[in-house]
Amino acid sequence: MSATTASLEPARGWTHRFRANPTSWIGVAIIVAVILAAVFASWIWPLDPLEQSVVDRLMGPSPEHPLGTDSYGRDVLARLLHAARISLLIGVLSIALAMAVGSAIGIAAGYLGGWFDAAVTSLLDVLLSFPTLLLGLMVVAMLGPSIENLVIAIAITELAPFARVARAPTISLKSRDFVEAGRALGFSDLRLVVVHIIPNLLSEVVVVASLWLATAIRTEASLSFIGLGVKPPTPTWGGMIREGFENILDAPWLAVAPGVAIMVTVLGLNLLGDGLRDAIDPKVRRD
Amino acid sequence: MTEVVLEVRDLTVEFRSGGAWHAAVRGVDLAIARNETLAIVGESGSGKSVTALAVMGLVPPHNGRIAPGSSIRLEDRELVGLSERSMDKVRGDRVAMIFQEPMTALNPTMTVGEQVAESVRAHRGLAPAAAWKEAERVLDLVKVPSARRRMTDYPHQFSGGMRQRVMIAMALACQPEVLLADEPTTALDVTIQAQVLSLIEDLKREYGLGVLFITHNLGVVALIADRVAVMYAGEIVETARAEDLFHEPRHPYTEALLSSMPRVDRDIGELQPIQGNVPSIRDIGPGCAFAPRCALAQERCRSERPSLAATADGRALRCWVRGSLP
Amino acid sequence: MSAHPILAVEGLEKRFAVGGGFLRRASQVHAVVGASFTVAERSSLGLVGESGCGKSTLARCLLRLVEPDAGSILFEGEDVRRMDGPALRVVRRRMQIVFQDPYASLNPRRTVLQTLAEPLRVHGLARGTEIEERVAAAIAEVGLPADSARRFPHEFSGGQRQRIGIARALVLAPRFIVADEPVSALDVSVQAQVLQLLEGLRERHGLSVLFVSHDLGVVRHVCDRVAVMYLGRIVEEAPVPEIFDDPLHPYTQMLRAASPVPDPKSRFALPRVVGELPSAMEPPAGCAFHPRCPAAMPRCSRECPTLSPVGTGRRVACFLHSPAP
Repeated sequence: MSATTASLEPARGWTHRFRANPTSWIGVAIIVAVILAAVFASWIWPLDPLEQSVVDRLMGPSPEHPLGTDSYGRDVLARLLHAARISLLIGVLSIALAMAVGSAIGIAAGYLGGWFDAAVTSLLDVLLSFPTLLLGLMVVAMLGPSIENLVIAIAITELAPFARVARAPTISLKSRDFVEAGRALGFSDLRLVVVHIIPNLLSEVVVVASLWLATAIRTEASLSFIGLGVKPPTPTWGGMIREGFENILDAPWLAVAPGVAIMVTVLGLNLLGDGLRDAIDPKVRRD
Repeated sequence: MTEVVLEVRDLTVEFRSGGAWHAAVRGVDLAIARNETLAIVGESGSGKSVTALAVMGLVPPHNGRIAPGSSIRLEDRELVGLSERSMDKVRGDRVAMIFQEPMTALNPTMTVGEQVAESVRAHRGLAPAAAWKEAERVLDLVKVPSARRRMTDYPHQFSGGMRQRVMIAMALACQPEVLLADEPTTALDVTIQAQVLSLIEDLKREYGLGVLFITHNLGVVALIADRVAVMYAGEIVETARAEDLFHEPRHPYTEALLSSMPRVDRDIGELQPIQGNVPSIRDIGPGCAFAPRCALAQERCRSERPSLAATADGRALRCWVRGSLP
Repeated sequence: MSAHPILAVEGLEKRFAVGGGFLRRASQVHAVVGASFTVAERSSLGLVGESGCGKSTLARCLLRLVEPDAGSILFEGEDVRRMDGPALRVVRRRMQIVFQDPYASLNPRRTVLQTLAEPLRVHGLARGTEIEERVAAAIAEVGLPADSARRFPHEFSGGQRQRIGIARALVLAPRFIVADEPVSALDVSVQAQVLQLLEGLRERHGLSVLFVSHDLGVVRHVCDRVAVMYLGRIVEEAPVPEIFDDPLHPYTQMLRAASPVPDPKSRFALPRVVGELPSAMEPPAGCAFHPRCPAAMPRCSRECPTLSPVGTGRRVACFLHSPAP
């Protein structure tokens, strides 16, 4: 109830609270930096991430290769920057898919209620009881490894949280007087949902999206790490950690560099998500 | 001779908003005697609840303050400037408060008996067994039916009216001299409201309590009050004995409130609403705060603030127009 | 009893399942029990009672915001209960509702213009600039400032929001309005403004009104007739002012006595009120009021009295006023 009430407050309030919170700014700065690095990878460090060179394999950090080279002699910094593109792209696409489908399921369940709601809720509970990675692994194993299938697999692992977070406010909003008024005015169910319910729960869904994007990036890395993600030689952070792992004793930077990249990105997304949540959700607001 | 238990002098309470301090209550004077109910009546934003908070020492410290020069005396003890610890003892021991929504003041995970007994122990230092017996006694006193059996029930198993009785029992368990009641019946149905009001009235008589009763409802005021203070925009505009106030309201605001209230006991013809809204504490002009909505307002009312002047017949009035009448 | 009825309700029933869940049977609350009444053209009927008596449920059943379980609702001669989607949409232009809470009844993300234009668009009643004109007229009619159209609900006070809610109900030019506690969330001085507005609109547009309220004073002022509900049943129905000056049912008498009046001389009515509203899940047998009734007879705990005519234009459900069996 209270979460919904908060999102019904004037928009001015929460943007102000978000801006007043210094940690959310750190989150924003990190995410903007990661995005810029991914987009301008070729300008920032113009080496080819795929070019192999047997002579230069497993070199330590040096001016020519600030993060060294891997076992094929590829430049690690170039691979790291290009991997950011793939990792962010897969993360964002899978979250967008999970958000669209998951919220739709949650809103439908909350709005229609009855046996449909009961069935959906039970299914979501089953879905939630699987560990994320295991579920992703099963889906990729069934569909076969490719970027599209990876996006679908990660999206499936994150349907349930979106469905849940959309369902609860739908239930409280549908009995709100302004929705009831719409019904009395002869508005269709579709109009009530699209015009009067969705805009009032969107902010909560967006908060969840920013928090789960971090998990999506981690899931992608984990799947790539065990070889079920993006196929080599395309660089991804998870794939780079797996490759680096073989030489962890001789060339630790190979695994550490992508590991740090994942950590920083996840941290940035979590700070951003926490900032959004604190700004929107009154239960954790401190004033 | 009546014995004054609570006396408020020149109380000003300010709140910070947008970097500036604004007075939500300005220069309020009140006195409550033993065995007397003083009702403060006003609309939202009139400052009536802030007055109660100030008496309880509950003005939020981070954005509110009691202005220097204000005085709140409980018998011969000054409460303004008291440390948080001493104030804690005064609250509950000598001044008790009941609220509009008792559910928020009760702990949902403790039985009603435990909560009343705990409050008895905290304030009177009784042993657990004695406190439990005392809790049963006060719950009986506030007419909770089969009190002994219901003490092991949780607050959610009580109706709204019964919860308010439990709150009153907790207040009484501490044997206070003053009871502050902030809209205690507003959330209740009229038949339950009637019961709670007569309970407060009975207890007042029995224990010689001074009751400060805060409400927006003039009908409730007529049922419970001995004396009435009408508040508007942070100031008292009129005080009088209840019979006198309803018989002959003098301040234009009091009069307008009464004639804008539909009555169940007779036809009043056309309603006469007060135009406009209660002003925000941030934009009150130099004159009388009610002048912009007052039908009788004159030039002087808009430029010069009237003071609350006592009249010969024991009433007080803050009005340039009506104040000059005999 | 003058004009012919715009609304005739017969035997309306509503039950809710409460609690229950997996492996647990839900208990039933009989929220509305066999309600029958009429609202005459251009008149206003008050529906009063304490919280939980079913008055709001009954009001919402009339608009089918809550689906009734049995009975008929004849609105201008047609049974609203039997209407399908399209017919219901058409009839909803002609019956509207004003809500209690002016903060919950407006979508916070829609401007006043959007809120008031939407019904006109959905029903295809106006287009283009005509929409803005009709919205501006509605804004003026409910006494809001002319620049309100582009503003959001949070920029208005409670009383002004209630005016927006009233404008929304009026924009489709309905014949019948359900007003569900429309002034009980407002300050006394603002309450009078809104009541005066509703009165004026009722006269100008020839509206019929069902006015739900717990405040007998307000009901006396705005209603021609009043029905009193107790635990889902109408126990008395009579014209104003008779129902307040000479209430017949003991519950109406208790409600009347407990209603505060701004006159200290009325104090001594208080001790007559006894007991609390019983749980609606387990209503007492016989007349539901008998455990609190000062005039209860043995018969009252066995049989339930029916709402029967008494005198002219009054009905009461009480054995004290029914002819001996």
